[in-house]
Amino acid sequence: MKVNELSFLIGGEAGAGITRSGFLFAKACMRAGLNVFGTNDYQSLIRGGHNFYVVQVKVDEVYSQTDSVDLLLALNAETVTLHKDELVPNGGVIYDPDDISVESETLGREDLNFYPVPMKKIVWEELKEDPIMRNTVALGAAFALLHLDLGLLDEVLKDTFKLAVAESNMKAAKRGHDYVKDNFQDNFPYRLIETEAAGKHRIFLSGNEAVGLGALKAGCKFFAGYPMTPTTGLLHFMAENERKMEMLTVQPEGEIAAINMVVGAAFAGVRAMTATSGGGFCLMTEGLGMTGMTETSVVIMVGQRPGPSTGLPTYSSQGDLRFVIHASQGEFPRVVIAPGDVEECFYETMRVFNWAEKYQMPVILLTDKYLVESQTSIEPFDTNRVKVERGNLVTGRYQGLEEYMKHKLTETGISVRALPSTKGVIVRTNADEHDELGYTSEDPVMTTSMVEKKLRKLTYLAKELEERGTETTKLYGPEEAAATIVSWGGTKGPIREALKILNREDVSVNYLQIIYLHPFPSARVEKALSKSKKIIVVEHNRTSQLSGLIRERLLRDVDHTILKYDGRPFNPGYLAAKIREVL
Amino acid sequence: MVTLKDLTTPVKSNWCPGCGNFGILTAVKGALIELELEREQVVIVSGIGCHGKIVNYVDVNGFHGIHGRVLPIATGIKLANPELTVIGFAGDADQYDEGWDHFCHALRRNIDLTLIVHDNQILGLTTGQTTATSLQGFKTKSTPFGSVVPPLNPVAHALVSNGTFVARGFAGDPRHLQSLIVEAVRHKGLGYIDVFQPCVTFNYLNTYQWFRERLYKLEDQGHDYTDRQKALEKSFEWGNRIPIGIFYKEDRPTYLDALPHLRDKVLAKMPVDDIDITSIIESMK
Repeated sequence: MKVNELSFLIGGEAGAGITRSGFLFAKACMRAGLNVFGTNDYQSLIRGGHNFYVVQVKVDEVYSQTDSVDLLLALNAETVTLHKDELVPNGGVIYDPDDISVESETLGREDLNFYPVPMKKIVWEELKEDPIMRNTVALGAAFALLHLDLGLLDEVLKDTFKLAVAESNMKAAKRGHDYVKDNFQDNFPYRLIETEAAGKHRIFLSGNEAVGLGALKAGCKFFAGYPMTPTTGLLHFMAENERKMEMLTVQPEGEIAAINMVVGAAFAGVRAMTATSGGGFCLMTEGLGMTGMTETSVVIMVGQRPGPSTGLPTYSSQGDLRFVIHASQGEFPRVVIAPGDVEECFYETMRVFNWAEKYQMPVILLTDKYLVESQTSIEPFDTNRVKVERGNLVTGRYQGLEEYMKHKLTETGISVRALPSTKGVIVRTNADEHDELGYTSEDPVMTTSMVEKKLRKLTYLAKELEERGTETTKLYGPEEAAATIVSWGGTKGPIREALKILNREDVSVNYLQIIYLHPFPSARVEKALSKSKKIIVVEHNRTSQLSGLIRERLLRDVDHTILKYDGRPFNPGYLAAKIREVL
Repeated sequence: MVTLKDLTTPVKSNWCPGCGNFGILTAVKGALIELELEREQVVIVSGIGCHGKIVNYVDVNGFHGIHGRVLPIATGIKLANPELTVIGFAGDADQYDEGWDHFCHALRRNIDLTLIVHDNQILGLTTGQTTATSLQGFKTKSTPFGSVVPPLNPVAHALVSNGTFVARGFAGDPRHLQSLIVEAVRHKGLGYIDVFQPCVTFNYLNTYQWFRERLYKLEDQGHDYTDRQKALEKSFEWGNRIPIGIFYKEDRPTYLDALPHLRDKVLAKMPVDDIDITSIIESMK
């Protein structure tokens, strides 16, 4: 009997409510005092195809899905055929016998527990409800198998839907639950039991929502975004909260308009942000260069998916690292930060607004589909950890002795920032190279000074990061190890789970996460890597862009790369095996 | 209140002598004085092309942006701080070629700003190529055998895009243009003016003389600018007689008017410290 550790997968056609059901299951488990991680896999279509949502439940912190499935909830035949080999011995399959036929012989699996539940019949004939509700019947059945209190699901339903809808769903869940109790032996070897942590204040949210919360907390009052997977969730989150938070969310005619609106809004003084994926970022590139030239404080969230071009629109990738670091013509400073989990999504988003305003430059929050669309249960955020810092901003009347100059040449490269409408000030900026007042200038001496001024800001930013001890990198595990895994962004979760596996086997390995990719924290990375005998870079791309960056910045090669570029996330068991192979 | 001296910058103009842009500059400065605006309350935004240099020549807040993007930049500024008077300047290639999509959408959005298009029917700063408003058969360096396509009709497009203030002016008549600009700025919504602006260096066809022979004022003909159908008819007049003046004007709520939660709020001036997100966090429990 396995208690309070479970890998649960619900699969079916698009449009069948798969993600919603996975979400309900996960949230109920969280309220039972367990830790949960949920991730979805879906195709770029609205109906048909194959969608699934995986929930990993544990007592301890959980950072990703695992390699296997303990309980499979199949709403179509494909779910069984596609996932049968992931099922563990003694694993369970809940399915509708009127819909699909599941036979252990044809499956080639004699070691599974089958639970045929006539979901459609129950919903349609008994309850006379929308067939989409068969998910809920199935969830009720799963709760019964796992001995999980159905009251938890009822509460989540009530918090998620309008009362009438919630009540219909509660009935459906109850029927599924009772059907299992009445018709099957109590032989499923998994149990989920409420822990002492039940009722403890925890939240279940996605990376997109964490970025949105961070932005709202940081005072982002202007968000412009054009829908594009995987950052559409952030657009929805901002739109949903715009009235409550007294801010403005705009969906303009495209990404070009989005970035230019954000530039205008930031120039006028509001904390402004846009979000997109690689293709949209291509369109934003000219605007990005303009933020560099005009020294405007803009925040851009990029959620990566496999490219080039449309690629795999609903899957994950880390193929855009070099692209976002180098995008645009000319040379100008920018910051590229890659959070690796939901908590970092929140805190780093709060920070990026500070960097953008203090240093008057674009800041890119580089994420990926797996990070921003997966959901994790966490302790609520410490909303006071990152303070709002606006830099040298003129408030009230301008008190300077000389005429205000938006692009004044200074030692740090940072000019005093004033906003249009400030008394005594004319704020002028220019996408052409310009002088300190913002007038167009093609003078060679002024051009040299301005190029240097802008880039100087990055040097001072790097200095500030070092002086403040900002966690531009994080080291997990022992300080010295036989091997160090190095990665950035959304691979963090599976790597941390793989570390758990390897540490149980007494394999000496630690993990360096690089959060700030630009400016590159060379000293911190060098220090961590100098103690390692073997460096293994893990990335979701084909060319190991991080290895190239390390080579460029530290003049050293890495020993091994473990790369995946099929759009799907790493599984921790697979990753642990790959790491063992190269040790 | 501003004076002509206040609005003058130390930057020497590099427009060609006789350029239609001078007429627009005169009209704009005159309008700013007539409107009795404070310099600090005005932001001008320009794109790329000869017109774009206007940010160097008017001493108010300014954003000289990139080609085609005047409207989204101006939109962002206005939405962030509605207390500002925002005036966008674009060229014909700038707005009607590179920035065409923004044109229709800004008009239907009805943001409270002004758009003045310096329409010289040619790309001047790149030394003479065809644009969206170049006449069919017009020979330029990029169309040495004559442009083979008809021009688009920006005024008609503005009308069918639900524009709420659609006008056309002439750089050769700065006084008339000034009155249009004053009206456009006062209009609550997007005040759009297409301005015939002769390029004396590269446009050999559409000269001051060419326009003077053809232009007449809608107001002199008793045109009813509240009638969109009539306005559309007028917008198709081309050839021997070409109308200038206000084609159409209507009061329609602006984009911000439709957002009750931001009434009387200035996003750029709202506090960003200690924002309370507790209720959203609570909903994620």
